[in-house]
Amino acid sequence: MFDINKIRSDFPIINEKVYGRPLIYLDNAATTQKPLVVLNKTTEFYKTINSNIHRGVHYLSEQASAAYENARKTVKDFINARSLTEVIFTRSTTESINLLADSFGNTYVREGDEIIITEMEHHSNIVPWQVLCERRGAHLKIIPFDDNGLLLIDKLHDLINIKTKLIAINHVSNALGVVNPVKDIIRMAHQHNIPVLIDGAQSIQHLPVDVQDLDCDFLAFSGHKMYAETGVGILYGKEKWLEAMPPYQTGGGMITSVSFDETKFAGLPQKFEAGTVNYVGAISLAAAIEYLRGIGMKNVFTHEKELLDYTVKQLNGMDDLTIYGNSPNRCGTISFNLNGIHPYDVGMILDKLGIAIRTGNHCTEPVMRHFGIKGTIRASFAVYNTRDEIDVLVDGIKKAREMLL
Amino acid sequence: MKIDEIQSQIIKEFAPLEEWFEKYEKLIDLGKKLPVMDEEYKTEANLMSGCQSSVWITSRLENGRVIFQADSDALIIRGIIAILLKVVNNQPPEDISSMDLYFLDTIGLSSNLSPSRANGLASLVQYIKDCAKEYLYER
Repeated sequence: MFDINKIRSDFPIINEKVYGRPLIYLDNAATTQKPLVVLNKTTEFYKTINSNIHRGVHYLSEQASAAYENARKTVKDFINARSLTEVIFTRSTTESINLLADSFGNTYVREGDEIIITEMEHHSNIVPWQVLCERRGAHLKIIPFDDNGLLLIDKLHDLINIKTKLIAINHVSNALGVVNPVKDIIRMAHQHNIPVLIDGAQSIQHLPVDVQDLDCDFLAFSGHKMYAETGVGILYGKEKWLEAMPPYQTGGGMITSVSFDETKFAGLPQKFEAGTVNYVGAISLAAAIEYLRGIGMKNVFTHEKELLDYTVKQLNGMDDLTIYGNSPNRCGTISFNLNGIHPYDVGMILDKLGIAIRTGNHCTEPVMRHFGIKGTIRASFAVYNTRDEIDVLVDGIKKAREMLL
Repeated sequence: MKIDEIQSQIIKEFAPLEEWFEKYEKLIDLGKKLPVMDEEYKTEANLMSGCQSSVWITSRLENGRVIFQADSDALIIRGIIAILLKVVNNQPPEDISSMDLYFLDTIGLSSNLSPSRANGLASLVQYIKDCAKEYLYER
C-alpha cells in the first residue's frame, strides 16, 4: 500500500523549517532528498566494511567489492539489462554522455556524418555532441518541437539518412516535464540500424524504465536525482556496442596487464571504470533502488501523476499564467510563468515562504528560445510531495503576483 | 551626503520593516520607480553575468563624481539596484573604491548579493568598485 505518511517520515529533511516555515521542497528535478535507508546504508558501509574495491587480498576489500558488484546487479535488474557487463558506473548522466560522445564518437563518427538530437535537450545532451561534431567535422541535426512541447516526429524521417550515426534524446524533458515517444523513435532508428541514446535523468525516478522493452542502445541517468547520493551515475549500453568501443579514461582498474611496450585492457564493465570508482555512491544507488522497489515504480508514477494533474488543474484556474509544454503526456515537472512577471522575482518570494522551486533556463536555452522567454518557474515532484504542498505553492504564487503587480 | 551617511539613512528607513514581505514590498516599490535604462545601453558589454536575471550598468565621470545607471529585468533586483545606486551615485571615485557596503548586511539583503545567487548583483558591486578604481587611475 502507498503510505505517504510513512514515506514522508523516511526523509528527515522534509521536516526541516526554512525562515521558520515548513520546507516545501519542489526542486526535485535538480536533486531529490535522501531517505534514511540510503543515508544509513552508506554510513554503515563506512563504519564496517569500507575498503578499496577489486584491489585487496583482505577481508574488507572482499566485502566491499562484493557490495559494489551487488549494486551493479541491483541496477541491472532495475532497468532489466541483459547482463552485468552492460552496466557501467559513472559519475553522472553528464559523464555517461561524455563517455559515449568520446568513445563511440571517436570510433564511429567521421567527417560529414550526422548526429540527431532534439530541440528539447538539456545542455548536457547537446554540448558533448556539438564538441564531438566540431572535432570530427560532423553535423548536429535537430528534431524540433511544437508549442505544446510535442516533438515533431515526422521531421525525423527527413533527418535520418545514411550519414546518421546516432540519435540522442531525452526520455522526459527536464524543462517541460514532457514524456517523449522514445519507443517510436527507437523503432524508427533501428529500421535504419541507427543506435539510440536515451537521457533518462528525468525519467528513471518517475516511471518504470525497461531497456529491453524500450530496446534503446544506451541509457544514461544519475543517482542523485533518484534518492541516492551525489557523484554516481549509470551508462547502460548494449554489449555489442560497449564491446566495440575503446576505453574513455585509462588508468588503474581497467587493465589486465601493463608494460612500457603495451597495455591490455580489461573486459566489460571494468574497461570503462578507470581509477577508484565512487563505490560508496554505487552502494547508495542500490539502496535507493531497493527503496523505490519497495514502494513500487507504478505506485511512484501514479502518485506523482496525480500530483502533477492536480497542479495543472490549480494553475490552469489562475489568470495570467502560462504553462509551457501542455502535452497530455507529462511527468515529474511543470514549467510556467506569471505573465509580465520575471520568474526570478516569483522565486525570491516563494523562497521566503519556504518553497523551494527553480527559476531560470534550466540548462535548456534552446527551449527558452523556442518560447521567446528568458526562463520559467519550475516545480518538480518526488514521491514524498503532497497535495497540501501544492496548495501552499499555489497560494505562494498568488501572493507573489499580488506583491509584484 | 557621504556614502556612510546615506547607508545610515537607508538602515533607518528599513528599520521599521521587520517582516520579509514588508522589505520586499519596499524593494518592489523602489524597483518600479527606478528609471528604465535606454535599450541602446543594454548591450553585451554592459551586461553583468548572472543566469537567473540580467543586470546592466554604465558609468561616467562628471565633475569628479561617478554617475552610474543600472537596470535589471527582475523587479526585486531593480529595487536592490535602486538602493545601491542611492549609495554610490554622485560620489567621488576614491570614496567608492574604498567603501564598505555594511548596510546590505544590516537590512538583511546581503545574501542576495552572494555570487552563488547568479543574479548579477555580486558582479554589479564588483563592477562599481572596479570602475571607481579605473577613474582614480586615469586621474
